[in-house]
Amino acid sequence: MNNFSYTKAADLRQAVSLLKENEENKILAGGTNLIDLMKYFVTEADTLVDINKISGFSELEKLENNGVRLGALMTNAETAYHPVIEKRYPLLSRTILAGASAQIRNMATNGGNLLQRTRCYYFYDPDVPCNKREPGSGCSAINGYNRIHAILGHNENCIAVFPSDMCVALAALGAKVHVMGAAGERMIPFEEFHRLPGDAPELDNTLQKDEIITGIELPEEGFAENYSYLKLRDRNSYAFALVSVATGFTLENGTIREIAIALGGVAHKPWRVKEAEEFLKGKEPSRENFSSAADLILAGAKGFKDNEFKVGLAKRAIIRNCMMALKPESQRPGAKPSL
Amino acid sequence: MKNIPSVGTPQSRLEGHLKVTGTAKYAGDYNPSDLLYGYVVNSTITKGKIKSIDTAEAKNLDGVVEILTHDNRPSTAWFDFQYADMDAPPGTVFKPLKDNEIRYNGQPIALVIAENFEMARYAAKKLHIEYEEDKEFYTDALAHLDKARDPKKGLASMLKQPPPPPKGDFDKAYEEASVKIDSTFRHGTEHHNPMELFASTVIYEGDGKLKIYDKTQGTINSQMYVANVFGLKMKNVQVISPFVGGGFGSGLRPQHQLFMAVMASLHLKRNIRVTLDRAQMYMIGHRPPTLQHTKFGADKDGRVNAIFHEAVGETSQFEDYVEIVVNWANMLYPAENTQLNHKIVPVDVYSPLDMRAPGGSTGMHAIEVTMDEIAYKLNIDPVELRLINYTDVDHSSEKIYSSKELKECYLRGAKQFGWDQRTPEPRSMKRGNKLVGYGMATGMWDANRLLGRAEAILHTDGRVEIKSAVTDIGTGTFTIMTQIAADELGLPLEKVVFSYADSSMPFAPIQGGSFTTATVGPAVQAACQALNKKIYKKARAMKDSVLAGTKFKEVICKDGFVIHKENPDIRISYEDILKDYDGEVIKTKNSAMPNPLTSGKKASAVHSAVFVEVEVDEELGTIEVKRALTAVAAGRIINPKTAESQLLGGMIWGISKALHEETIVDHRLGKYMNDDLAEYHIPVHADIYDLQVLFVEEHDDFVNDLGVKGVGEIGGVGMPPAVTNAVYHATGKRIYDLPIHFDKLL
Repeated sequence: MNNFSYTKAADLRQAVSLLKENEENKILAGGTNLIDLMKYFVTEADTLVDINKISGFSELEKLENNGVRLGALMTNAETAYHPVIEKRYPLLSRTILAGASAQIRNMATNGGNLLQRTRCYYFYDPDVPCNKREPGSGCSAINGYNRIHAILGHNENCIAVFPSDMCVALAALGAKVHVMGAAGERMIPFEEFHRLPGDAPELDNTLQKDEIITGIELPEEGFAENYSYLKLRDRNSYAFALVSVATGFTLENGTIREIAIALGGVAHKPWRVKEAEEFLKGKEPSRENFSSAADLILAGAKGFKDNEFKVGLAKRAIIRNCMMALKPESQRPGAKPSL
Repeated sequence: MKNIPSVGTPQSRLEGHLKVTGTAKYAGDYNPSDLLYGYVVNSTITKGKIKSIDTAEAKNLDGVVEILTHDNRPSTAWFDFQYADMDAPPGTVFKPLKDNEIRYNGQPIALVIAENFEMARYAAKKLHIEYEEDKEFYTDALAHLDKARDPKKGLASMLKQPPPPPKGDFDKAYEEASVKIDSTFRHGTEHHNPMELFASTVIYEGDGKLKIYDKTQGTINSQMYVANVFGLKMKNVQVISPFVGGGFGSGLRPQHQLFMAVMASLHLKRNIRVTLDRAQMYMIGHRPPTLQHTKFGADKDGRVNAIFHEAVGETSQFEDYVEIVVNWANMLYPAENTQLNHKIVPVDVYSPLDMRAPGGSTGMHAIEVTMDEIAYKLNIDPVELRLINYTDVDHSSEKIYSSKELKECYLRGAKQFGWDQRTPEPRSMKRGNKLVGYGMATGMWDANRLLGRAEAILHTDGRVEIKSAVTDIGTGTFTIMTQIAADELGLPLEKVVFSYADSSMPFAPIQGGSFTTATVGPAVQAACQALNKKIYKKARAMKDSVLAGTKFKEVICKDGFVIHKENPDIRISYEDILKDYDGEVIKTKNSAMPNPLTSGKKASAVHSAVFVEVEVDEELGTIEVKRALTAVAAGRIINPKTAESQLLGGMIWGISKALHEETIVDHRLGKYMNDDLAEYHIPVHADIYDLQVLFVEEHDDFVNDLGVKGVGEIGGVGMPPAVTNAVYHATGKRIYDLPIHFDKLL
């Protein structure tokens, strides 16, 4: 870990101005990923700006549009177990609880969850090339050990995946990210928040250097009747998804009215394909229809030496999870397969 | 007049409270005054030479005291043999900082010493190291089978016998067999990953005298190593290791943090601690990736008469690490035609190191899966097939087993598990949309014994202290030695103090391979018996002794009295004896070792029968071990509670080996990639369901006076093949590579 200064921000405005002042300053919230990255010399900071004591961002707030706003400093655990989330957005609750460990969820904040970095082995190893860590140095994963890597949206610059579970649900729910920067406040639709590697794989998202996440807005529809999260991994807890799927839908007379399907563990961002969802609207929730939708979601998917299996697995996982969403009560802890 | 024995009763760990409350101090928890901290610097290349290490920037940092590299290190012993430890394979022991040559990725190449840990770690990053890289390296042993060769022999071969010579005519017998099974098995690198980090706290006591708190599985092993390497007198090196947060074999050899800490302490004449971090612990040894080939031939009734078993394991370029992989099949099954080979491929990695049932868990995986294949081919129940091939003789040495209740393990294990609920056809059992599979396998491990010594002391307050240098690596040694002593002494557990894990105490070998209880137990027993006799003699020699004219065999020592067996009123209290003896303690030091005349006459081993139920979600490939039962025959069980805990730990380890853990190597870089506990997947609670242990009574008065065989390793041996066999039964898919990650079933 390199040396750094530490300061507690008195309010958001001060925190923003510290970011504006020096691009090498970083925000410290839960610190569950940032501190690791600093210890591994993957990242460093001139000043860590601790925002934990700033009030007003640790609560859940019901909005006039019947949506809900989650404070950026609420912990993942507080969010998952909040009665409003459990009742109206159980998909979000499920995905959060399928991630990390109880200890980490108690520390990690909602804002920080969106900003966690990939767990690509090569990204964490400062002694090998990685375009995400050191732009222009090359990608070690593409011809290396890439079992945990992307099958969608990747390019020769980067095949890393975004590791969050929570964000898979937020993508499915169509959340909005509230941010504040030197130029004021703005709102970023979730699908525009995270980005694909393109020619700047070092950028995980569209947050500007001087911006801080203040909250996450959930729309009115929480898919509380039909939802499911399925997470496939090498052990039943404390492991990142090789493939995960969040599904939520509403039914009307036995056919699908609204539906959202988002994938985790397969791309540089939570993967959602609107065409597939449009295809399903008005159709019966059947294996056949979900299978056709899965083909649309996975169009263009391409694996590498060690992760070819993800393409076929993702299709099966989409179908299974959509079927599980018909019987949300069948879900098991840890987002293990059921039915 | 008989004592109520503690041996055989479940006892909670005596140190349990200290451990769960966090008050137990481990090697890295001792904080002497003016402690310095050392941080190891590791090579970032796999092969080549260090051109230069520029330490100027690091040295100028506030709080940095010294930086040791191959350029400026103090000199150490000259000869190879002086570096050899009790578990050193044949070859040349790696010597940290010896020269500028890089032999493997992550090799320790410098030690930064600072006033605090953080500064030492920070300064380590400020070294400017220039390498001359040799790109012609290779780390993938299994891709270089052309380089396979026979291992060299050495001292370590004593406990690791090379395969027996061929027997009968394998080729002919195999050719003529009604059923032939020819299979190939593979598992990758695995690391021990004990929870406790490797640390050595060295206290400089002046004049070449050191007190060292070391994470180790052998205090005397570390002591000997330090004394030999640094030219110190044995009595001036005290190594202490009262608590060990998991060893699993990783502490069987003195690790380089010990070397580094001692070197720095002697050089600076200061107290110092060196702790390895998690990633650095991937540089201290591992289970070698191994490729196995089996060819078993059986007649139409299932009798196996031809066994070919070949293993090719990885080793380093400087030591010939071997384990016993291929010797087991003929120890278990009475084939008359065998051909058993073990070869190694040296590659550019650090030397492998014994890890949890080394060789046994590897070899039995191949053997017991091959047996399962024979069972399916002949449509014979897998348990029945084992009974058809049952023998009480070790046919690799033609010696009868001193005891072998394996048949009872099969039968009682099958009954308790409900094996009769299994329908033989693969894919025939279902639960909901899940395929259900039952699998079984045999487990086997040596019942070895070495020389051990112990001292027994009757203190003036009536407590008896037993001393041994042995460690307790979490296995329950502290507790069961106290039990053994208490029974021999006729005292309650509270009156016995077992002092241990200190190299200044009587000799005990390294703790591993399931031989500790059978080695140290008899020594404790012998010392207690000798102490009883000494106390009795003092009692008899007292003035006007009521025991005058008696013989030792006529008395019993119990509850602090020497009591006449026939007439219990005739008794003398220890209190009186000690008073008469001027308040001096009474003590004795004794040894126990295998009887050289008889010990080779029979074979001894621990056996188990393992039964497993898996559920497989076929569409998604996920596997869950829903139930597992191990029926074990391991001689006398001293403490069923700690023994069960050992077995359960082994079973979970076996599940891990079968389904979860593997060290990922990027062979382009020659580097371990998943070197932390987040990415090195061992099971979590959510992966473990119903596990049961069934102890099958086994009486053995040959193996040692206590009749114990050891349960350290056996729990893990039979699980990988049992899980593999259950997966086959569930799915009809035979997976030969471990771990069986779920995508292998897609």
